[in-house]
Amino acid sequence: MAIDWFPLWLSLRVAALATLLAVAFGVGLAYLLANKEFRGKELVDAAVTLPLVLPPTVLGYYLLVLLGRESFLGRGWEAVFGFPLVFTWQAAVVAALLHSAPLLVKSARASLESVDHTYERAARTLGAGEWKVFHSVTIPLAQRGIMAAAALAFARSLGDFGVTIMLAGNIPGRTQTVAVAIYDAVEAGNGAVARVLVIAISAIALAILWLANRVSPRQGLG
Amino acid sequence: MIHARLRHHFSASRESAAFTLDVDFQTSAGITVLFGPSGAGKTLTLDSIAGFVRPREGSIRVGGAILFDAATGVNLSPQARQCGYVFQNYALFPHRTLRQNLEFAAERLPRLERHRRVNEMLERFRLQDVAGRKPQELSGGQRQRCSIARALLAAPRVVLLDEPARGLDAPLRLELYAVLRQVRAEFSVPMLLVTHDLDECFEMGEHMIVLESGKLVQAGSPRKVIDQPASLEVARLFGLYNLLPVEIRSLDPSRNSSVLRLGEHELTGSYFPGRFIGDQVTLFVRPEQLEALPRDGKPGPNQIPVTLERAAERAESVRLEFREGIVAAMTRSVWERSKHTREWVVEFPPVWIKVL
Repeated sequence: MAIDWFPLWLSLRVAALATLLAVAFGVGLAYLLANKEFRGKELVDAAVTLPLVLPPTVLGYYLLVLLGRESFLGRGWEAVFGFPLVFTWQAAVVAALLHSAPLLVKSARASLESVDHTYERAARTLGAGEWKVFHSVTIPLAQRGIMAAAALAFARSLGDFGVTIMLAGNIPGRTQTVAVAIYDAVEAGNGAVARVLVIAISAIALAILWLANRVSPRQGLG
Repeated sequence: MIHARLRHHFSASRESAAFTLDVDFQTSAGITVLFGPSGAGKTLTLDSIAGFVRPREGSIRVGGAILFDAATGVNLSPQARQCGYVFQNYALFPHRTLRQNLEFAAERLPRLERHRRVNEMLERFRLQDVAGRKPQELSGGQRQRCSIARALLAAPRVVLLDEPARGLDAPLRLELYAVLRQVRAEFSVPMLLVTHDLDECFEMGEHMIVLESGKLVQAGSPRKVIDQPASLEVARLFGLYNLLPVEIRSLDPSRNSSVLRLGEHELTGSYFPGRFIGDQVTLFVRPEQLEALPRDGKPGPNQIPVTLERAAERAESVRLEFREGIVAAMTRSVWERSKHTREWVVEFPPVWIKVL
């Protein structure tokens, strides 16, 4: 029995990239939500949480409308990169990002909020600007929590099915991630392949969650 | 020099009841202590000066610089205020070594200058040997000195200290006082020290400001404030007075004397300007200003016969509580000689007799 490992590699690559993007944008957003008061904050918070509760197909539908070849953003992408976004592995990254970013923002916010504000105040009285306070006090103190949040986001990206199949489709060798490949294998009656992929992805997810727990801030430690 | 005029109403929230802060004070060089019970608004006053809390009305000037002025809308950010703040838990960054903590405060200086200044501070506060350690690996005294050195490195206009002695055991407390005296001698920066410890006011303060429930109730030198509280409320705040109702029987400005009636006894004191014969006033005197003696024959002038009810022994002194509601203090060695006596006299030295 020859097993095609492409879906697993694709999933890992997509999840890694999606996690990087989620951290890059999500931590800043989490900081704003944790530390600043602004109008519409609750609305932003609700909007960020929404992907956690909506069915993945709904998210996929939104993304198709938003990023499809006829849409403004879709045409912009095509003009810059020369190919449409939908039904490519890049689309799978977008799908995974949307699937995992809410989790990252939520848990990063919690760990940023748990930073004792006295340290930030002390930094300000010493003349540190807001950016310096953020990157040399708040982030280092919340580092473990943010790493745990990133691990969670990575694990969640790995497991996306619904959004990916709507936006990136199911093209073997190109956009078929592991979750989609398992569905495909079961549909085709290919139980052996499904079994191997299921075991592989479960083991990886378990390892990541174990890692996330290890780096999570422990009681009494910053 | 600090001149602060603050007014702010805090509406009731989940954590605290409604509270109005309304203070207006000026300080000079040296250490000014901000004294008051918990919840008097001491920390809120510090936070307003540092820029963490924005008062509704008033103005804050430190050394000629306007940090805040509600009327003209001036409100400098905490970064721009240059107020050194020594927090109760010291707030040393736990992810940085002691040296890195100090460097953080001097980052605006050129590299060589920064290096020189940090080393100088480490030396001055005897921290060179532990400069590479994280705050968690330092002793309490080292953390304390590091926190003060860090605040001073940023060249502050004023250093604000929020109850730095709270929760410290006695040796560490004395160490802190020594460090603060060193700062006072070596740096010409005014310090505002929050405390609710009367001894600390006496020991450290050149100037004392008394706050109670958001209001300034008295200001002056600690000795003056403690010897002559402005009101019964302030006297009660200090919590260590005999407060006795008396009637003024006679006043003689030419001989600077007065006679007070306490129960059926008469006491001679100095002249009280602005009082009249027949006034019902409160005599206040601290326990250690009274002299308690075993009763021996007829009480002399300014002595009142009393009966001992309870003696509370302390580390350094003994408090004698008499049935007549008078409390006196004496040293342990004096107490040892007459500890089985029940009948005493309490002598009121005329100079300590003050009325409110």
